[in-house]
Amino acid sequence: MLRSKLLQFAGALLMTILTLSIGVACRSAGNTTNTTVSPAPSLSTTTSPPKPANPEVIMASTTSTGDSGLMDALLPLFEQKTGYKVKPIYVGSGQAMTMGERGEADVLLVHAPESEVRFMQAGHGSDRRLVMHNDFIIVAPSADPARIRGMNSAVDALKRISVAGALFLSRGDNSGTNQTEVKIWKAAGIDPTGKPWYQQSGQGMGATLNIASEKGAYTITDRATYLANRKNLTLDILVQGDPILLNIYHVIQVNAAKSDKINAAGAKAFADFMVSAEAQEIIGKFGLDKYGQPLFFPDAGKSEKDLGSV
Amino acid sequence: MDLVLEGIKDAFLLLVRGDRDVLRIVVLSLAVSGSATIISLVIGVPLGAVLGLNNFPGKKLLASFINTGMGAPPVVVGLAVTILLWRSGPLGLLHLLYTPWAMIIAQCIIALPLIAGFTLATMQQLDPRLRTQIIALGASRAQMVWLLLREARLPLLAAVMAGFGAVISEVGASMMVGGNITGQTRVLTTATVMETGKGDFPMAISLGLILMLLVYAVNLILTMAQQRKYSR
Amino acid sequence: MVRVDSLNVSAGETLVIVGPNGSGKSSLLLSLALLLKPAGGTLCYAGSRVTSSRTALALRRQFAVVFQDPLLLQTTVMENVTLGLRLRGVGRAEARARAQVWLDRFGIGHLAGRQAKTISGGEAQRASLARAFVLSPQLLFLDEPFSALDAPSRQSLIEDVHQVLKQTRVSTIIVTHDRNEALTLADRVAVLIGGEIRQLGTPSEVFSAPVDESVASFVGVENILPGNVVSSGEGIVSIAVSGIQVDGISSLEAGEAVTVCLRPEDITLALPSLEPVTSSARNRLKGKVARIVAHGSQVRVTVDCGFDLVALITRRSCEEMGLVTGKDIVATFKASSLHLIKRH
Repeated sequence: MLRSKLLQFAGALLMTILTLSIGVACRSAGNTTNTTVSPAPSLSTTTSPPKPANPEVIMASTTSTGDSGLMDALLPLFEQKTGYKVKPIYVGSGQAMTMGERGEADVLLVHAPESEVRFMQAGHGSDRRLVMHNDFIIVAPSADPARIRGMNSAVDALKRISVAGALFLSRGDNSGTNQTEVKIWKAAGIDPTGKPWYQQSGQGMGATLNIASEKGAYTITDRATYLANRKNLTLDILVQGDPILLNIYHVIQVNAAKSDKINAAGAKAFADFMVSAEAQEIIGKFGLDKYGQPLFFPDAGKSEKDLGSV
Repeated sequence: MDLVLEGIKDAFLLLVRGDRDVLRIVVLSLAVSGSATIISLVIGVPLGAVLGLNNFPGKKLLASFINTGMGAPPVVVGLAVTILLWRSGPLGLLHLLYTPWAMIIAQCIIALPLIAGFTLATMQQLDPRLRTQIIALGASRAQMVWLLLREARLPLLAAVMAGFGAVISEVGASMMVGGNITGQTRVLTTATVMETGKGDFPMAISLGLILMLLVYAVNLILTMAQQRKYSR
Repeated sequence: MVRVDSLNVSAGETLVIVGPNGSGKSSLLLSLALLLKPAGGTLCYAGSRVTSSRTALALRRQFAVVFQDPLLLQTTVMENVTLGLRLRGVGRAEARARAQVWLDRFGIGHLAGRQAKTISGGEAQRASLARAFVLSPQLLFLDEPFSALDAPSRQSLIEDVHQVLKQTRVSTIIVTHDRNEALTLADRVAVLIGGEIRQLGTPSEVFSAPVDESVASFVGVENILPGNVVSSGEGIVSIAVSGIQVDGISSLEAGEAVTVCLRPEDITLALPSLEPVTSSARNRLKGKVARIVAHGSQVRVTVDCGFDLVALITRRSCEEMGLVTGKDIVATFKASSLHLIKRH
C-alpha cells in the first residue's frame, strides 16, 4: 500500500517536473538568454529597447571563434543595443560559407581569406570587412623530432616535418585553420595527403589538439584555442610569427538579393557592430585577464596589406 | 582517472550550487525530450494499437514502415528535418530551425516508430480470445482498446522507456536542427560534445554524469510503475 | 459450416448443445451471443430482430459469456469480477458489493483481493462465472466451461453451477462435448452433428431414444445393431439380430427393418452358474467374453453372443467374477432398455 502511494507521488513529481520544464523552456525560448552580464550601453538614453521588424539574425561562424568565448562577450551587447536576436551557428568556415551561399545565414564571421575572396567574386556576399586577427602557431611535444623549434619560416618547418616523416595531425575539415594549413603545404610544394605520417581528425580545434597531444603529433592551431586548452596538453609552441601564419577574420554580409528571407538590415547591423569602436575595444581586451595576453587583435578599418599578410 | 574524479566532483558541485547554465541545459533537455516522448506516446500508442488489432489491406506495408523507422539513424533524421525546415525548404516560413521546436520534431520522428512498433507487436501478442471475452462483457470498441492497452502495460512501459532513452541520448539530429545555441537549444548531449571538442574534459564528464543521472531517475520511476504488481 | 434452420430458447430454461469436437458448437454459440456474424439468417431476442451494431452492443450488455479458459485480466479478482458492471456504468462501491456476494456464492470470496494470475485454474473459472452471474444477465452463454478443469474441480463446479441455475432460473445456453454435463444441467438438449441439429429434446429423450445412428453413437449408445422385426404383439416385439432373438417394447410391425440401440450400462453380466432365477430382465443371452478394457473404475466387457455386445460394469464386479477372455458369461437386459430406430 505504502509502495503504491510512493509510486503515485513519484509519478506526480515526474509529471510536474516535466510540465515545469516545458513551461520554463517555452518562456526562455522566447527570449535570448546569455549568462554573461552585459555592460550597460555607454551612450544611449533610450527608454525602451529598439524593436526591429525582423529581429532574427542567423550568424554562421567557426568553431574556433565560438570556442574562444569571444562571441559570448560580444553578442549580448549587440542584442541589447539593437534589439536583434542572434542565432550563432558554429561550424567550419567551409560549411559557414556554404550556408551563406544557400542563404541559410544572414552574416558570416570567418577566417579563410582565399575562399572568402572567391565567395565575394561569385556574388554571394554584399560587403566584406576586416574585423580582427590572431595568428596560427605550430605546436608539438617538446621532443620535437623534426627539429623545427624557433624556425622563422612555417613553410620550411613543414618541409622538415615532411622529410623527417614526423607525425602531423591535420583538422581535415575545410575549416579556416585547415585551409591555412593547406596553403602552407602548397607553398612548400608538398602534397602530404596519403602519406602515413599525415593524419586527419575531421574535428574541431580543441579535439584536434587533444588528439595531437595524445599521439605526440605536430599540428597547426590558432593561438586562442591553444591558450584556452594549454593546461590539458603536453604541446609546446615551436614556430610562430611568420606572416603566412596570420589568421585574419572578416565579417561578410550575405547578398540579400539571393532571397527575401535574408535579414539584410540585421546583417548590416551586426557587421557595423563588429567594426564599431565599442566592439573593437572588447576584442582587444578579451582574454587579457585570463591568459595574460589578448586572444585577438582588433583591425577594423585596416586592409590585409597593412597586416603584412601574404 | 583523476580526470573522471574531477568530473564527478564538478558534477556534484554544479548541481548543488545550482549553476544557472547547467540548470538551464538540464531543464531544456527534459523539456525537449519529455515533450517528444509524450507526443510520440499520444500518436504512437493508438497507431500501434489500431494496427495491431485490425486487419486491412496495406497493414503489412504500414507495419514495415514503422519497423524500418525504428532503426533509422538519428543523424539521417536530423539531416532530413534540417532540409525541411531551413529557409529554402518547404517549411522554411515557419522559422523553426535552430529552435527547440525543431529538436522536438526531430526527436518525435525518432521516438514515434519505436513506440508505435512496440505497441503494435504487443497488441498482436495478446490472446485473441481475451478480446472476444472483453467484447462479450459488453465493452464498446473504445473500452476494449483501453482495457487491452492496460493489460499490456508492462511492455508498453518498456516502450516508453525505450522511446525516452532514445531521444534523451540523441546528439546528431539535435545538434543539426538545434545548433547548440547557448540558452536556446543547448541540451546535455550537444553540450557534452561541445565541451569535449573544446578539450574541457572535466566539464564534459560532469555533463555526461548529469545526463546519466537524469536518465536513471526517469527510468527508476517508470520501472517501479512497471514492476509494481509483482511484489506478491 | 453450421446450418441451423431454427433454434429457440425459452425464458428460464437451460439448453445444452452437445456434439463432437469440430461440429461447430462454439461457432453457433458465438453467433447467438452476437460475437460472430453469421453468414446468413436473422437473430431475434425477445421478439425483436438485431439490426445495427448499436442494438448489438445494447443486447450484448444484457448477455454474459463464459469461455473454456477463464480469460481474466492482470489485476485483482475483484477488479475482474466487477469489470462487466463498471462497463455498464455501475458505481464502484455497488459493483464491489454485488461482486462479493457472487464470489462468496462460488466459494472464492476470500480471494477477492488476490491477483488473478496467482489463483488456480478451478478458482479462476469460478471467478469467470461470478463475473458473468453478477451481471444478472437476461441470457447466459457457457462455452465448454468445465473442459479445462481437472476431474475433482469439474465435478464440484458442475454441481455448484447446477444449483445456481436452479435458483436463479437464468435462461442459459451451454455448449459441451461431455454427455454427463448435458445430463446434469440441461432442461433440453440439442445434438449438433456435422453442422446440423439432429435431435432436440429432453435429456432422457435424447439419451435413451436417439433419433438416428450418429446421435445414438454420440450419446453413448455403444450397441447399435441392425435387425428385423420378427413378430409383434401386446406392445412387445421380437427382433432377430444376427439370428438371435431379442425382445423390445414398440409398436412396430413384423417385417420392419430396425436398428437396435442398447446402452452398455443397461446390460447386467452374471456367471452362468450364478444367474438369478427370478429377474425382470426379459432378455438373457449366453456368450463368451471377447474383450475386457478397463476405464478407470469401470470396465468395458465385450461379450460375443452371436453378435458383439458391449457392457459396462464396475471393476469390482469384474474382479469378483474373475472375468477373463473366453470365459462363459450371461448378459441380461430389460426389454425396455432397447431403443428401436426404423431403418430405411
